[in-house]
Formats: sequence, C-alpha cells, structure tokens
Amino acid sequence: MAVATWLWFLKMKSNNMPDQFYIQDWIRIKNGRIFTGEKLIFESTEKNLTCFLKACYDFLDIKYPKFHKMDGLSKLGILASEPIFNKYELTKETALVFSNNASSLETDLQFQKTTNTFSSPSLFIYTLPNIVLGEISIKYKLQSENAFFISECFQADLLKDYTESLLNLGKAPDVLCGWLDLQNGEYDVFLCLVSKEKNILFSEENLKNLYYAENEKPTH
Amino acid sequence: MKNLRTELKESIIKELNLEDMEPEDISNEEPLFGDGLGLDSIDALELIVLLEKDYGIKLTDPAQSKEIFVSIEQMASYIEENRTK
Repeated sequence: MAVATWLWFLKMKSNNMPDQFYIQDWIRIKNGRIFTGEKLIFESTEKNLTCFLKACYDFLDIKYPKFHKMDGLSKLGILASEPIFNKYELTKETALVFSNNASSLETDLQFQKTTNTFSSPSLFIYTLPNIVLGEISIKYKLQSENAFFISECFQADLLKDYTESLLNLGKAPDVLCGWLDLQNGEYDVFLCLVSKEKNILFSEENLKNLYYAENEKPTH
Repeated sequence: MKNLRTELKESIIKELNLEDMEPEDISNEEPLFGDGLGLDSIDALELIVLLEKDYGIKLTDPAQSKEIFVSIEQMASYIEENRTK
C-alpha cells in the first residue's frame, strides 16, 4: 500500500512538473571560425568583415541572392541559422529569441554617413536589430513568435526564461535563441536550438558554459 | 566615353549589390522588376537616389519611376533627355 501511494505521488509530481527542455544543437561564429556544436566546420584568416561573410556564404553553399543586399547583422543571422535549418526539419512555428549588445549600431553609423550626401534606403531598412529576425523568417518560411533583446552582456537568465515561457505556453515547439552581436567589424554569434529532444539540459549554467567556451573576449 | 547603358548596368550591379552578375548578363530591354532582374521596392528607391546622385535628376512624382524603371533602355532614354550632369 505504501509503495502504491509512493508511485502515485511520483506520477502526480511528474504530471505537474513543467516540461524539460534541451539544447539540441548550437552554432558559434567568432574570430574567423564557425562551430556547429563542438565541431569546427569553417576557418578563415580574412579580416575584412564583408569578405569573411562572403567566404562563409560560399562555404555553406547558400544560394540566396538577397543575402548580398543585407547588412552585416542580418548576414550573420542567416549564416548562423543555415546549418541549423539544414540539419533539422523545423516547423514554421520555430520561434526566434535573439539578443545583443550593439543593437544595429554598425548599420546605424553607416546610414548616418550617407545622410551627409544621399541617404541610402537599402541601409535605412536595416537600422533596427530585429530586421534580422524578419530576414530569417522570410528565408526559412517561419510564421512564429520572435523577440530581440538588447542587453549589456550575454544574459543567460533572460534567454532561458523567455525561451522556456514560449515552449511551456505552447507558443512554439522549438526555439532558436542566443546572442548575435556586431560592432566595429567584430562579430560574436552564439545561437542554440532548444527543444524537447534530449541532449544538453537547457539551463543558465549550460548556456553560459557553451557561450563562454569559445568566447574569451566578447565584443562588448 | 563609356556607353550610358553599360554605365547604368555597372551602377545598378554595384549599388544594388547584384552579386555574381556582370553587365553582359543584363539586356537593354529586360524588365528590371518582376520576372526580369527581380528588383524590389527598396531597389526602386535606390534607383531614384542613383538618378539624382549620378545624373542630377530629381524625381518628384513616384508614379514616374514606374514608367522610367521599366528597362535599362527606358532608363537611359529618360536620362539622356533630362540629365543635368
């Protein structure tokens, strides 16, 4: 009788527990290198940002002419998303939760320079950080929740809370979340796919460990 | 002196970031929007800026651009008639 009660208690407890989520996969782009998970897939000594981004585009064999019209932040977003969306069959409900320190400052400054002569419409449309979320949504046909947070530094608690909230509320079956920063030509990208697929436990500590593993010197 | 049509093609490729495209790839009569080069509304705004910057032509009526930006040929004809620099 006591065992039956205990089993019943465990079952009830399990039913009431929130779902557990995992970091199914992740990608890092920094210092001329692209990692998917722990695997280095691309390395370049190219210091010029535009040339580096083009080299990544060629390496990943992306056929998307619109890429060339994007600003640096959106290009980084597409480059980081491509391996994830190629590898997994994600639904259009896959949510995007990004964050960074510099917002769209890199493009804002470029646009400001053009205002002295002829303002560039194609630069102007990228003077918001969340445009990258739109570009990713268009390319991968997402119709999902998305958010872009600006914070002083990588904030694992914010990403965890917001992502878990979306997953727990059934707003998305999986979430691509992380850090996408670009300033002064230096880039720092860490995106991870969070879902119920068992892998690394989705926790603040694990987010920090993965982010800082290849991040001895953040861009901010 | 460089042919205006070739000059226009080079400018469009550069300003609109049409990667992997050469002037020879664009025919004079090819539609710039829709099925042709596939330019979009932001590209149209860039073309308006290009007309003003390179040829001193200021378009005040947005409806005009629809008639002018039909093709390279159409653009070149309009520039030849209206350029101030």
